[in-house]
Amino acid sequence: MSALTDDTLPMTPRAMRDEMIVFAVMTVLLVVVPWTGIYPFFVMQALCFALLACAFNLLIGYGGLLSFGHAMFLGTAGYVTAHALKVWALPPELGIVVGVAAAAVLGLITGYISIRRQGIYFSMITLALSQLLYFIYLQAPFTHGEDGIQGIPQGHLFGLFDLSRPMVLYYVVLVGFLAGFLLIYRTINSPFGEVLKSIRENEPRAISLGYKTDQYKLLAFILSGTLAGFAGSLKVFVAQNASLTDVHWSMSGEIVLMTLVGGLGTIFGPVVGAFVIIAMQQYLAGFGQWVTVIQGVIFVACVLLFRRGLVGEIAHYLRRSL
Amino acid sequence: MQALYAQLLVGLINGSFYALLSLGLAVIFGMLNIINFAHGAVYMMGAFVAYFLLNLGGINYWWALIIAPIVVGIFGMILERTMLQWLAGLDHLYGLLLTFGIALIIQGVFQNYFGSSGLPYSIPDQLKGGMNLGFMFLPIYRGWVVIFSLVVCLATWFLIEKTQLGAYLRAATENPTLVRAFGINVPRMITLTYGLGVGLAALAGVLSAPINQVRPLMGADLIIVVFAVVVIGGMGSIMGSIITGFALGVIEGLTKYFYPEASNTVVFVLMVVVLLVKPTGLTGRAA
Repeated sequence: MSALTDDTLPMTPRAMRDEMIVFAVMTVLLVVVPWTGIYPFFVMQALCFALLACAFNLLIGYGGLLSFGHAMFLGTAGYVTAHALKVWALPPELGIVVGVAAAAVLGLITGYISIRRQGIYFSMITLALSQLLYFIYLQAPFTHGEDGIQGIPQGHLFGLFDLSRPMVLYYVVLVGFLAGFLLIYRTINSPFGEVLKSIRENEPRAISLGYKTDQYKLLAFILSGTLAGFAGSLKVFVAQNASLTDVHWSMSGEIVLMTLVGGLGTIFGPVVGAFVIIAMQQYLAGFGQWVTVIQGVIFVACVLLFRRGLVGEIAHYLRRSL
Repeated sequence: MQALYAQLLVGLINGSFYALLSLGLAVIFGMLNIINFAHGAVYMMGAFVAYFLLNLGGINYWWALIIAPIVVGIFGMILERTMLQWLAGLDHLYGLLLTFGIALIIQGVFQNYFGSSGLPYSIPDQLKGGMNLGFMFLPIYRGWVVIFSLVVCLATWFLIEKTQLGAYLRAATENPTLVRAFGINVPRMITLTYGLGVGLAALAGVLSAPINQVRPLMGADLIIVVFAVVVIGGMGSIMGSIITGFALGVIEGLTKYFYPEASNTVVFVLMVVVLLVKPTGLTGRAA
């Protein structure tokens, strides 16, 4: 199981300093983006997916669990938030809270079921569970089936920030992304994160040391699902709709792809991967189904040629951990 | 009652496809330690090869039943030689990711040229029409699919469990190094195994062409159901895969009759129940 991480280094002060510098650079870049003329909706969308990919990476990169159904959290939180805003007319902050809470409950249920099997079976189970939810959402009345929930009011966050103004929305999404990112960073470097890594490296040994690994895996799954749900709730404000594409298996595949391109088990990799893949979809939108083919080629190339991903390769070259 | 029998028949047919596909997945997993996500895509390719043979070459269904699995099987062996073999020794999940990428490529290319709608493939003349069994009307083609699939499944079981070649195969699954020491070319056996698994999927594709039409995405959703079937049945036993496949098809058919809203989800719900009651799957050992 150690193929993922042949060059993980223990946390040293130098590594900590490197990560702080990269984080500061990333934050500054993201703060100035709206003034550079780059389309803010593109960056907001990419930020939502970056958070989603980071949440996914918490499971695969640090827990060794490949979830092939993470779209279910994105879609569930999205539907619930959209419904809360539009039908219940809740303010944005409560809309996000109910959406995230729904994702957390879903994480508890699906996690409890899927961690009963390891390795490749875990992936198949998460995929099957998300397909089950897809069919439920296809038939449930509140999701409006193929049409999805559209024309969602954005409202005023805490009654103060007008989310229908792109600039305001951008910074709200950015703060949400950074908060989620830091929470994941903190988790990875906590004692809990260390136990998670030990499970990835050698689960039987972790069990023999007295850790109840199932509880750790379940908690990691719930945390990852909840944060993925948070990304889904934020995305509702950006896209102003919630639809079946967000629950489809191809979305789960895209989440995997983003993380793989950026680097499994790297801290900044999923962010880079999300921007690369979203930008690619933006520029290649005119090529129809060839986008699927290109995504497939990237999958194959990543697995065969550079399994460390973009950030992982750079970190390996610099002999740093990023 | 007519409707019930009709749905049972549909269930048996879907069950044949589940059985053929999960059988191939199990055989491939045993030798390569890879879950072949491209299995749905090669199933679709089988149907398309039959379609091309008929419309471009005028070659009929019966030849397609032989040619399509061979053509797609060779394609699979090329994939194995050029890509999959490099994953030996790596974490299982890379095999899943690689074959997922391959599936995206294959399905994307077909979608580009054929869109998402279905192409018709007519039932061969010899199997047209139906029989009145007294209690129901049986379309001959549908009966043929069920019986032929069952025969192929049992033949595969016989090949693996009862022949010399199958014994080598099972031995190589347990301990490839030792089997190589006896002078058996294990890498070639792995390639042939992948070809066999993929060929079975292509055969299922040909069988389904006259029933479900030929569509680029015909295998994309099917493969997820088959994954659930594999989780329920476990991949330890060939006979287990066959029985689980047919049984789940029948249950799905019954659901279509008694509670149609749940017919899409019943297999997944059963998977959840099995995981809660017996986490190792019905026949399998813990993986």
